[in-house]
Amino acid sequence: MSTVTSKRRLTAGAALVVAALMTTTACGGGGEGEGGGKSKGAGFNAAFNKVANPSTKKGGTLKMVGKQDLDSADPQRSYYGMAWDFMRFYTRQLVTYDTKPGVASTKLVGDLATGPGEITDGGKTYTYKLRDGLTWEDGSKLTSKDVKYGIERIWATDTITGGPQYLKQTLDPKGEYKGPYKDKSADKLGLKAIETPDDNTIVFKLPKPNGDFEQFLAMPSGSPVKADKDTGAKYTQRPFSSGPYKFETYKPGKSIVLVRNDKWQKATDPLRAALPDKVTVTISANLEENDKKLMEGDYDVDLNGTGMTQSGRVTAVQDHKDSVDNMQTSFVRYVALVHTAKPLDDVHCRKAVFYATDFAGLQQTRGGEIAGGAIANSTLPVSIKGHSDYDPYGVLARKGKPDLAKAKDELKQCGHPTGFSTKLTARNNNPGEVDAAEALQEQLGKVGIKIEVDPLDGAEASSITGSPSVVKKRGYGMTMSGWGPDFPSGQGFGQPLWDSRFLADTGNYNESQIKDPQIDKLFDDAIAETDPVKAGEIYKQVDKRILDQADWMPFIYEKNITWRGSRLTNAYMSDAYNGRYDYVSLGVVK
Amino acid sequence: MTAPLHEPTTEADPVAADGPAVDSGVKKVEGRSLKQIAWNRLKQDRVALTGGIVVLVLVVVAVFAPLIVGLLGHPPNEFHQDMLDPLTNLPTGDLGGVSGDYLFGVEPNKGRDIFSRIVYGARISLLVAFLAALVAVALGTLFGIVAGYFGGWVDALISRIMDVLLSFPQLLFIISLVSVLPDDLLGLTGSGVRIAVLVAVIGFFGWPYVGRIVRGQTLSLREREYVEAARSLGGGRTYILFRELLPNLVAPITVYATLMIPTNILTEAALSFLGAGVRPPTASWGGMLRDALETYEHDPMFMVFPGVTIFITVLAFNLFGDGLRDALDPKGTR
Repeated sequence: MSTVTSKRRLTAGAALVVAALMTTTACGGGGEGEGGGKSKGAGFNAAFNKVANPSTKKGGTLKMVGKQDLDSADPQRSYYGMAWDFMRFYTRQLVTYDTKPGVASTKLVGDLATGPGEITDGGKTYTYKLRDGLTWEDGSKLTSKDVKYGIERIWATDTITGGPQYLKQTLDPKGEYKGPYKDKSADKLGLKAIETPDDNTIVFKLPKPNGDFEQFLAMPSGSPVKADKDTGAKYTQRPFSSGPYKFETYKPGKSIVLVRNDKWQKATDPLRAALPDKVTVTISANLEENDKKLMEGDYDVDLNGTGMTQSGRVTAVQDHKDSVDNMQTSFVRYVALVHTAKPLDDVHCRKAVFYATDFAGLQQTRGGEIAGGAIANSTLPVSIKGHSDYDPYGVLARKGKPDLAKAKDELKQCGHPTGFSTKLTARNNNPGEVDAAEALQEQLGKVGIKIEVDPLDGAEASSITGSPSVVKKRGYGMTMSGWGPDFPSGQGFGQPLWDSRFLADTGNYNESQIKDPQIDKLFDDAIAETDPVKAGEIYKQVDKRILDQADWMPFIYEKNITWRGSRLTNAYMSDAYNGRYDYVSLGVVK
Repeated sequence: MTAPLHEPTTEADPVAADGPAVDSGVKKVEGRSLKQIAWNRLKQDRVALTGGIVVLVLVVVAVFAPLIVGLLGHPPNEFHQDMLDPLTNLPTGDLGGVSGDYLFGVEPNKGRDIFSRIVYGARISLLVAFLAALVAVALGTLFGIVAGYFGGWVDALISRIMDVLLSFPQLLFIISLVSVLPDDLLGLTGSGVRIAVLVAVIGFFGWPYVGRIVRGQTLSLREREYVEAARSLGGGRTYILFRELLPNLVAPITVYATLMIPTNILTEAALSFLGAGVRPPTASWGGMLRDALETYEHDPMFMVFPGVTIFITVLAFNLFGDGLRDALDPKGTR
């Protein structure tokens, strides 16, 4: 009898210990680091269109973690959005995105320059005056010539590879200049399209107007580089800072440590908060592990800003919802309907696809309203001027549900009343994309549109779907993918996708293979327009034309679940950086 | 699973020329009684019998998959996203949404019926495993018997080929092969191509295992008196190979084929897991395991069901195969 009792006691004791352990682990994630796990996050979506934990308190170390390293730390060689966001720590441009939450961030304001450019000569001349007292990290004066030299590096395409080419294409479309390394002039400033009448003035002369020219200047490729610190291809190992932080160490693929640049003066830079004393980045390939460490408080923010993994976000949303933000990216998930693949050359067959698609089902497959995104009606994302609520197929009106009767009617009009067969590609390294393709396969099957899903290796996808001849050979009729803009305008988002002049033999993104003179003309008109609001009206017509022709089917405006570390202050999501936190404004509590 | 390889230690002697052809020396009564002995032994081995019954049930399930799913489940590729929690995309309810309506619950994100997918997945797994074993046995028997009987340079050549194939990294080879092969091949499309490739490749890399055993057995059998007798009575090569030797090789071949099927099931599951298996949306057990990886922390049942199914299947085949070997006792000689 006594042995039984003691055994029972032992069991009860063990159960208590287990229960205690479980409760401690359960509340361990949210609020470590502050007063013994009692603190809570600032609330769900506290950094959406507003600032979470506003603060001006300096000090501490901002700890970032990422799966992927910067593609390059060299401002002229980087093309990843997350790298552009990060580069504001140590680079400055003539103009940059305002450090404000949400859509207000897409406004360009003066950075090195005192304000946005003075536009004259019918949109062909941009003049900027630099602020006084600008310096490099060694205390030397930063001049307009440094800006010109930095931009010239884009022309050295054999050494300075990987970055965007917009400035080169706009200022020197014929490629007459050969870049500073082959420049014969003594000061290496031979590019004729940029003039530097004095150390504080820089003038850009465009052969023809481009309303988005300032957007190009705001990219890190518009950053100054000090000529005698330029190490060419090796510049990425140690960029020379003009911003509030400078490199202490950089181990590519492993870690970055930035420390304060004591020569940077707040008086010359009204935008950058520069709160932490130190910024560290750790690169670690295991996404699940990174999510866990973020939730445990080992890190403050995900550098890549691609959202949490499904397993991480379930824990985060269920247990720590007040510490997550629902990041609204500028990414649009879409299916391109290939016009050369029969019978999708017929507009009615394409419309049948629009009507038969269950957008709500695709949304659920990608994670639902919060983790997947909102159902798309317009081809342009919400943050871009030109987006409208135009909804010719009633997608929003039916809350994403299909209209099978109309789909069958369209199929009849295109001469395939019982449906047709085609192939759909999806990238297997993009989480959820093959799942969404399988969902679409099942949905379209209900009206007799038989789809074969071909999952492609994401790394190879651009050489397959980006090559019209391969697409034709393999008989693809639809390609599923996602697209985000290089810069927030209709040109930055849509021209590579829909302009027939961007239809290339390789690396093609006009996957629908749209050849529509009307769309091409609308792009020309919109680009020549320097007023972004008026340009937006023209992009609305582009959007309407594409939807009316059922050329390209958007289905989700992507949203991500992102973790806002409990130590973070001054956190807000910036539309200019695809919904990522504005890194340069972040602070931490010590 | 590793199989014992019966390699003789002595080198083969050159084969004597054929003798004159007269009547064979095999008595059919003896063969039948061997079968009876084996069946009696097998009947007494409960473990093997259980394995055999499970195997039988699996085969029935695979053959009658549409019927079973029609009665107990939902179409395997049908989405039921109303069964999911809209916030987390995980199945609502306990144990991954297990209920009378969905016997094994539903998949996260898609809401497809896991029971139906496991039933249909059995078709792919068993089809690939059986056909691949058939290919391996056919090739292995042919080359093994030829190598063992003729010896000399024929044996040397075939044995070296087997060595090469055994040292070939077959998993890597199949993965790269699948990614370069076109979608349409020999009139097959879609999943048909993948199944054909899986069968051909798994079977092709499996034959040396059978080949070695058959060769070893042939080496010892060809020196037997009855073979000698057949030869001296003028039996031709083909006659001796297929009428005298082959019937005596049936037992080890059967046992080995039974033990090869679970290995093939595992290989197919591994390939599907790595994305080189059948195309989506066709269900396969390995593919389900891969899909389950993403959410195993929050929805472990999605991983448990296909995992346990693979485990039970492989175990059943192995137990049955072992029992069959004991019953036929291929090591023992007549």
